[in-house]
Amino acid sequence: MALAMLRASRSPMPGFGLGMGITLTMLSLIVILPIGALLAKGISYGPAEVWATINTPRVWAALHLSFRLALLAAAFNLVFGTLLAWVLARYDFPGRRIVDAVVDLPFALPTAVAGIALTALYAPNGTFGSIAKSMGGKIAYTEWGILIALIFVGLPFVTRTVQPVIAEIEKEVEEASATLGAGRLYTLRRVILPMLAPAALTGFALSLARAVGEYGSVIFIAGNLPMKTEIAPLLIVIKLEEFDYGGAAAIGIAMLLISFSMLLVINLIQIWSRRRIGHV
Amino acid sequence: MYDSTLSEAYALPPERWAQKWRPATDESRLTRVVLIAIALTGLGLLVLAPLAVVFAEALAKGGVAAMASLAQPEALSAIKLTLLVAAISVPVNAIFGIAAAWVITKFDFRGKAFLITLIDLPFSVSPVVAGLALVLLFGTNSLLGGWLVASGHPVIFALPGIVLASVFVTFPFVARELIPVMIEQGRTEEEAALTLGASGWRVFLTVTLPNIRWALLYGVLLCNARAMGEFGAVAVVSGKIRGQTATMPITIEMLYNEYLSVAAFSMAGVLALLALLTLLLKTVLEWRHADQLAATRRH
Repeated sequence: MALAMLRASRSPMPGFGLGMGITLTMLSLIVILPIGALLAKGISYGPAEVWATINTPRVWAALHLSFRLALLAAAFNLVFGTLLAWVLARYDFPGRRIVDAVVDLPFALPTAVAGIALTALYAPNGTFGSIAKSMGGKIAYTEWGILIALIFVGLPFVTRTVQPVIAEIEKEVEEASATLGAGRLYTLRRVILPMLAPAALTGFALSLARAVGEYGSVIFIAGNLPMKTEIAPLLIVIKLEEFDYGGAAAIGIAMLLISFSMLLVINLIQIWSRRRIGHV
Repeated sequence: MYDSTLSEAYALPPERWAQKWRPATDESRLTRVVLIAIALTGLGLLVLAPLAVVFAEALAKGGVAAMASLAQPEALSAIKLTLLVAAISVPVNAIFGIAAAWVITKFDFRGKAFLITLIDLPFSVSPVVAGLALVLLFGTNSLLGGWLVASGHPVIFALPGIVLASVFVTFPFVARELIPVMIEQGRTEEEAALTLGASGWRVFLTVTLPNIRWALLYGVLLCNARAMGEFGAVAVVSGKIRGQTATMPITIEMLYNEYLSVAAFSMAGVLALLALLTLLLKTVLEWRHADQLAATRRH
């Protein structure tokens, strides 16, 4: 198809046609055609209908809940993930390598497993849930439960993007700052954190994107009360179970658009911060 | 910390100076201990506690009950299906990843940045939206899906749909791991082999593949873990038919909703063991072959 347009500049290397053929075929079949079908469904459903579906209190509440809690979870992971990266990159303590490996557990553990495990922990009869209950609080089946699940699935992103950057910071920079009279906190604020900012933002964005669309770990702990603890992806599943394909597509498109615009904003901030502090 | 006078300090033997005075680029001992304590407590509460609870709940009625629940026909069929889905989608993804990384790193062409963006796209799409998109393309309501069902090859509520969903959510894994490694290695070795008269396939098999094998294994490992554990996308396309299209994660949901706690957590325990094995292999790869893996790892 578009192979002629994509012709490689003269290269002796073989395999361009085959490689590009496999790449474009797979990309079309798996990603482009399905996403295209989603957008086409939205168009055939009609923009007015799409808007009418989204503009209901229940859908607004779900979208609002999903994005608000995803932002909070990503913000928590930004702070805790950076701290974790610092501890793992700079300090030596017994079991450091095991801890380093454990950080990736949320990537490796299936979301449904995480979902039922977190629910068992935080339900009123669970280990942590009963403590909350004795203090008159409730975690599972409230927004707190959803927040904990979203923190869990996004936990490794910031640590994994920031840790290599900390490892590469040259000691001389910090020494220079110290010899100029800066205290440790001042050096951290004015020298180290600005160097970490682009990587931390990347991790924040990945964590946010993951949390917004997360389904498996959330539905068990959420309680799924309409208007209260119902996340946007669950509404899509409900619409599909009612065979309301147009309605499901409308919410899906809304989620795609909001995710992409958030990622765009974060990318812009990232470009701006890179430019401001120079190349890192 | 700094209030000791010089004379006091010189009175100490040199090997104790470091204890008395820390370099200006280190945090105080107290700060270190507090930060390490926060990190370990946080990880323990957020990550290790859920892991421990899986095994505790699975073994709540003893190991025999847990094993018996896994021997049920439904459980066995779920395990078989999950293995089958991974056995198809992981190689498919590996071939795609190698092809994409080869094209992106060995050639210059217009639209390369756009191509990379498209490959990364599945990371920012909710798995449920991915499943929905596949249903809209291949479901009975669509032109293509109607024809596929009529010709006896249904995709949605069947194995092909589950495979497509698994490939979608793992799409960037292998390519993302290979691209940085192959950029770093450049093209000179392949070009030298070509000049010496090697065929394209021979160059790939004897020059490129040995250079990228550990990165490839790393990508495949992560891809496999995600493919076996995917829930959201599979939940939408599988139809959750017992004994037919219910994968292990889907079966966990069904058992959990039926209050079959031991059975649900036993199956979850099998997947948790798989996750631990994945982490172990990944860590071994990182220790042994750090130089041959992507320098900054994100996933």
